[in-house]
Amino acid sequence: MSRALISVPPRAKKGQIIEIKTLIQHVMETGFRPNSVGVLIPRDIISRFRCTYNGSEIFACEMFPAMAANPFLVFHTVATESGTLEFAWTGDNGFSVKESVQIRVE
Amino acid sequence: MIRFVGWLLAFAFLVGAAAAEIPLNERRTGYELLGPTTRAMQDDDMSNPGMLWVLDGEALWARSAGTTNKVCAGCHGDAAASMKGVAARYPAFNAGAGQPIDLEQRINQCRVEQQGAPAMARESRELLALTAFVARQSRGMPIEDPTKDERLKPFVEAGQALYEKRQGQLNLACAQCHDDLWDKRLVGNLISQGHPTGYPQYRLEWQTLGSLQRRLRNCLIGVRAETFAYGAPEYVDLALYLMWRARGLPIEAPAVRP
Repeated sequence: MSRALISVPPRAKKGQIIEIKTLIQHVMETGFRPNSVGVLIPRDIISRFRCTYNGSEIFACEMFPAMAANPFLVFHTVATESGTLEFAWTGDNGFSVKESVQIRVE
Repeated sequence: MIRFVGWLLAFAFLVGAAAAEIPLNERRTGYELLGPTTRAMQDDDMSNPGMLWVLDGEALWARSAGTTNKVCAGCHGDAAASMKGVAARYPAFNAGAGQPIDLEQRINQCRVEQQGAPAMARESRELLALTAFVARQSRGMPIEDPTKDERLKPFVEAGQALYEKRQGQLNLACAQCHDDLWDKRLVGNLISQGHPTGYPQYRLEWQTLGSLQRRLRNCLIGVRAETFAYGAPEYVDLALYLMWRARGLPIEAPAVRP
């Protein structure tokens, strides 16, 4: 299991720009590094991240072997309505983590 | 070329420079040398990657292990109370071993003797996680002076001797950089005073959490000296001396460093 830390303000005013921070535990093995006996360690990375706000996509990105371990992503959105923010990370070897956070917009 | 000039400059400083202890009021932790973004990363538990290990450690704290099926929390209860201040006073003298042991060794001792489980390997994910979780409970607490315990004095002195001893192909002692040149740069990096306030710590260079011993090995390799094996008593002596140097400075584990 991989842990994820997500920071979303629990309350926001309508129209306010909010900052969303996500941090997920992952080795992000590039696939270019040899192990102690000279054999390449197979690539194991998160290749895609997606964030939806009440079902509509507000942020998504692709990741590549150059990304550091434990990717930390910060992005912004406009608080439009109360609801759920859903976060999904997918990658090599069937890696899939989904998290959701509630937000109240007043 | 820059590297070469850097070494020459460093060497110029070293010639004739005697290692001088840093006065207590001039001590600065590595945190104070960080840039604003790395500081912000450490300060916010939602962006400090070390917290991923702390959360893992919290889960391990509540999980039974070994032949006795004991849980850490079974004996020690709420870590927020029972583990508070522990990281500020380790390495500590262990009567059974007849020598000081560090926090990792103490955790493994509990694991072997109380839980009846095999010791966790040095720098393994589990040991780092549990150590980070325990150390986190001491955040903000001042590091205790290890010489308050009479039995630790000879080990602190041994650590100081090691700290001041020139070693490796570059023939450098810890003190030459971390006492005399701590506000200068080594290649692109600021030289810290080497206070062990944030271990286990997340180094951006490592892209993972690591212990003080791993960090000490880094420096030994840097001066091209032979490293001691993980868990060697030399590291514990050195850690004790570093804790003595850092007495009174606040624990900030898990710290984030470049």
